[in-house]
Amino acid sequence: MDLQNQQRVKDAGEKYGTDCVVILGSSDAEGAEIYAETVTAGDPTYAGPLAGVSLELPVYHVFDPIIRAECDPAAWEEQISMMEMVLDPDALAEAVKGMREQYSKDVIEE
Amino acid sequence: MKVGIKSYSYCLNHAPETGSHYGGTPYEAFHSGKEQEFLDALPKHLQSYDSARHYAPNQTYIGGISYEEFEALPSGWVNNPLPDEKANRYGKFGEIMPEDEFLGLISACDEFELVWLEKSFAEAVSAKLAQDPVITEAIVKRVVRPKNMHELAEIDTEVKDRDGLYLYHDGKPVGCVRSGHPTDQCLTAHVLLENLAGKASGVLALLHLLKNSGLDPKDLDFVIECSEEGAGDVGQRAGGNFAKAIAEVAGCVNASGCDVRGFCAGPVNAMINAAAQVASGARKNIAVVAGGSIPKLFMNARDHVKKGLIALEDCVGSFGVLLVPDDGTMPVMRLDVLGKHTVGAGGAPQAVTSALTFEPLQAAGLTFADVDRYAPELQNHEITEPAGAGNVPLANIKMIAALAVMKKAIEKSEMMNFIKKHGTIGYAPTQGHIPAGVPFIGPACELINEGKIKRSMIIGKGSLFLARLTNLADGASFLIEAPEKVEAPATVSKDDIKAMILEVLGEVAGKLA
Repeated sequence: MDLQNQQRVKDAGEKYGTDCVVILGSSDAEGAEIYAETVTAGDPTYAGPLAGVSLELPVYHVFDPIIRAECDPAAWEEQISMMEMVLDPDALAEAVKGMREQYSKDVIEE
Repeated sequence: MKVGIKSYSYCLNHAPETGSHYGGTPYEAFHSGKEQEFLDALPKHLQSYDSARHYAPNQTYIGGISYEEFEALPSGWVNNPLPDEKANRYGKFGEIMPEDEFLGLISACDEFELVWLEKSFAEAVSAKLAQDPVITEAIVKRVVRPKNMHELAEIDTEVKDRDGLYLYHDGKPVGCVRSGHPTDQCLTAHVLLENLAGKASGVLALLHLLKNSGLDPKDLDFVIECSEEGAGDVGQRAGGNFAKAIAEVAGCVNASGCDVRGFCAGPVNAMINAAAQVASGARKNIAVVAGGSIPKLFMNARDHVKKGLIALEDCVGSFGVLLVPDDGTMPVMRLDVLGKHTVGAGGAPQAVTSALTFEPLQAAGLTFADVDRYAPELQNHEITEPAGAGNVPLANIKMIAALAVMKKAIEKSEMMNFIKKHGTIGYAPTQGHIPAGVPFIGPACELINEGKIKRSMIIGKGSLFLARLTNLADGASFLIEAPEKVEAPATVSKDDIKAMILEVLGEVAGKLA
């Protein structure tokens, strides 16, 4: 996660605590996992503002069924459905879930 | 409305030593002072000129092998070098120039005594450049101008006391680029090196373009340059004009020129600009040219080094396309249907893909399968995948296929077939503007001329947000098609006229009788 986005997430996390939900849109499972780790346990690369900072934010991939259910179906169809065909939605959601289950607090109740 | 694509050129300048010192990533690493390990390791990951020449994507770029030959090769190109007979310096479209000659060419493109080469080095590369079939005698002589040749001691002083930058060959300094101004940040030696390298590689592309087209340099009307560099001073940081500077060195005395910018979408926008001017009759012909980028060299080398791979981003890439009025004999670029990513379209991949493919196709009364080959962004995935950026051309054609399913142009079960049949495999160096569709203009025209395809779509997308002016991205696309044969006007022979006159006279005589 680039340094500017880490700072934005850090600012929001410090202001709202774990009421702040992070939704990732990464197209790559490995990247999604690192981003999820960054906003929960801290920046694993120790390069950015979240190095050593455990925000423990609830984090989801946009393809997680919980998030999908929250979305306006028309907007989903218009903005996201094409990428749903291109990417592997289950693998992406699972990659983020793994980190969430280890490090997040106050996750959305299923 | 259509214009003819008369010819094209694609060139590479192998520049591993320049890149490992002045490419954006190594240069930043050097100045941060925190990445000595990376800087020490990088030279061990460089490939020789010989290896770069045997690398299949490079030969595909310069037309040493055809796109179809490339497509048939097994993946893992770096571990499967081409045989010697397929690894020549010169290809159908251009050449791969070695680094020492490139330094000579940069020096030849200098008008302000900014590039100094050590005397014996300058003389040696001047002699080598004289063997290049497109390098003119005037350019060869410029390499050995007394004002551009200096002793190493003078070069040392220029670097140590006056903020110059060494130029290297075989690990040793062989010259320098001097600072252009004591305080102006737009004229530092580093910025000037980037711009002069962009100019020199653009000159090489234009010279090959003129050779490939057979056009006398004096007959070129206009040049539009579309790289990503910015030439100017503190008063106008990117005032330009690369185009005219390139045309001057190439001997195009009757041409003028201007620059068009738009990040990776720049070349596609430049093609549209140029085509519109030719189609309207405003210009007789236009060469769209782009030099290459020093800052992009070894952009992803941190990851390549970390993973023990060869750092493949060692070539400055350039291209040229000559547009002329359509005469029904050459592949054409259509101007009536253009892909345009509007301000209001939004940044979702779906919106961008629709604006650049579906909408222009619909306007042309075509469907997705009517385009034989899509050339969205042709980054070489052997470079981008180890850096975590994935296979960009594959991701793009997957998006086009998914959109085709959504628009009910194909069945979902046909997606994989569509991707294989209509996609292109990336082979372009990660030079920013170069991968964005334009490397395929040449191969698309060749395939059209051979009757193997009828239509190709060239797509460019630009990351405008990098300049911090807007969060928007940009995109543009156009279609290349086979020419429509112009019907020859019906002719009447002398014998036909004679027969007709005799017939009429016969009728008249009959009536008189």
